Amino acid sequence: MFITTAFADDAQTNDATHGTNTETGVAHDDAHTGSFPPFESSSFASQLLWLAICFGIFYYLMSKVALPRISGILEVRRDRIAKDLEEANRLKGESDAAIAAYEQELAEAKTRAHTIGHDAREKAKAEAEAERAKVEKKLGDQLAKAEDNIAKLKAEALAEVDGIAKDTATTLISQLIDGKVTDAEVAKAVSAVAGSAK
Amino acid sequence: MANDPIHQFQINNLVPLEIGGYDLSFTNSSLFMAITVVTTSIFLVWSTSGRGLMPTRVQSISEMAYEFVAGMLRDGAGNEGMKFFPLVFSLFMFVLVANLFGMFPYFFTVTSHIIVTFALAMVVILTVVLYGFYKHGFGFLKLFVPSGIPAALVPLVVMIEVISFLSRPISLSVRLFANMLAGHITLKVFAGFVASLITLGGFGIGVALLSMVMTVMLTGLEFLVAFLQAYVFAVLTCMYLNDALHPSH
Repeated sequence: MFITTAFADDAQTNDATHGTNTETGVAHDDAHTGSFPPFESSSFASQLLWLAICFGIFYYLMSKVALPRISGILEVRRDRIAKDLEEANRLKGESDAAIAAYEQELAEAKTRAHTIGHDAREKAKAEAEAERAKVEKKLGDQLAKAEDNIAKLKAEALAEVDGIAKDTATTLISQLIDGKVTDAEVAKAVSAVAGSAK
Repeated sequence: MANDPIHQFQINNLVPLEIGGYDLSFTNSSLFMAITVVTTSIFLVWSTSGRGLMPTRVQSISEMAYEFVAGMLRDGAGNEGMKFFPLVFSLFMFVLVANLFGMFPYFFTVTSHIIVTFALAMVVILTVVLYGFYKHGFGFLKLFVPSGIPAALVPLVVMIEVISFLSRPISLSVRLFANMLAGHITLKVFAGFVASLITLGGFGIGVALLSMVMTVMLTGLEFLVAFLQAYVFAVLTCMYLNDALHPSH
């Protein structure tokens, strides 16, 4: 191939230059140097020195500036998240407590309302009962009085019935037979009739 | 040499510098290390500058990277492992961003050089060894003696454990280096086919088209590899650190 042959030529012609270069100890910046650059020991000292300088500076910058800063950022974020979670937990606890208090209050209020309603109902019932008893008693009294009245009136009426009957009978007799009857006879007859009517 | 697949790994001096006989020039490799570090640092610092409680999109990316590596380390080495978090995070981000920068055309791939990956692996292994001995003293050596094996097998097992421990930096560095190197060479070779075969006409154009399709698919694969290798590097780092923290298995 083109490349390999060209490279081989190159390598051959440059074997000599490589030898002289190492002899003089001067690095070759010749682009046509044929030896394998990574194995050219003449460049080692320079590479080591500059690697040490560059990597040393890099290590210093990383360990003193970049990494503490990034770890700081991450730590702040972690703390912040932890704090926020804690805060959220606290608020949740508070709201839970508020809910529990509310429920308890609600239950108490319910019980109280129940008691009040019950009491009111009982009282109303007792009052109604008392009222009813009073009214009943009044009515009973009135009834009793009325009954008494009736009985009295009845007795009076019955008592008067005798008189009326006697009067009527006396009048009738006097009208019919134009005779005279004694009151005693009339009374006797009336009571006989009343007795048989009874 | 536009088609040379090795050319992309060439190191070029940008600012020559020599101290005590060592060539310490600022090269294209150094430039891309610097770009990697600067870009990543600026992104991470800038994206988090709002410190938003509700992250913006860019801030989420930084946080995601943080959480990703932190989760990896916590799974691999437990909560005590978190003291190594800056190290693991830096390694992961450095390797990841360097790998991804390598995916740009004409950009240099820092992690395609064995010396770089080996140095990073040695950082991990030295951390493990030093911390292990610092924390557990000689108890760290229990790492090489798994509990519950017959006494006769101890020398053999210890030898195997020592070899496996010593091969860790090699496997850790070679894995990353070889993956990046091989991936980039393959990409370059197939892309080179497109350029060189298309001029031949006829059959050449057909093969060039196939190579083009291959290049596109390989590019996707390489993005995956870029992430995966950074992830593997970081996960293995976590596992090795776990050994330093809890040497007795």
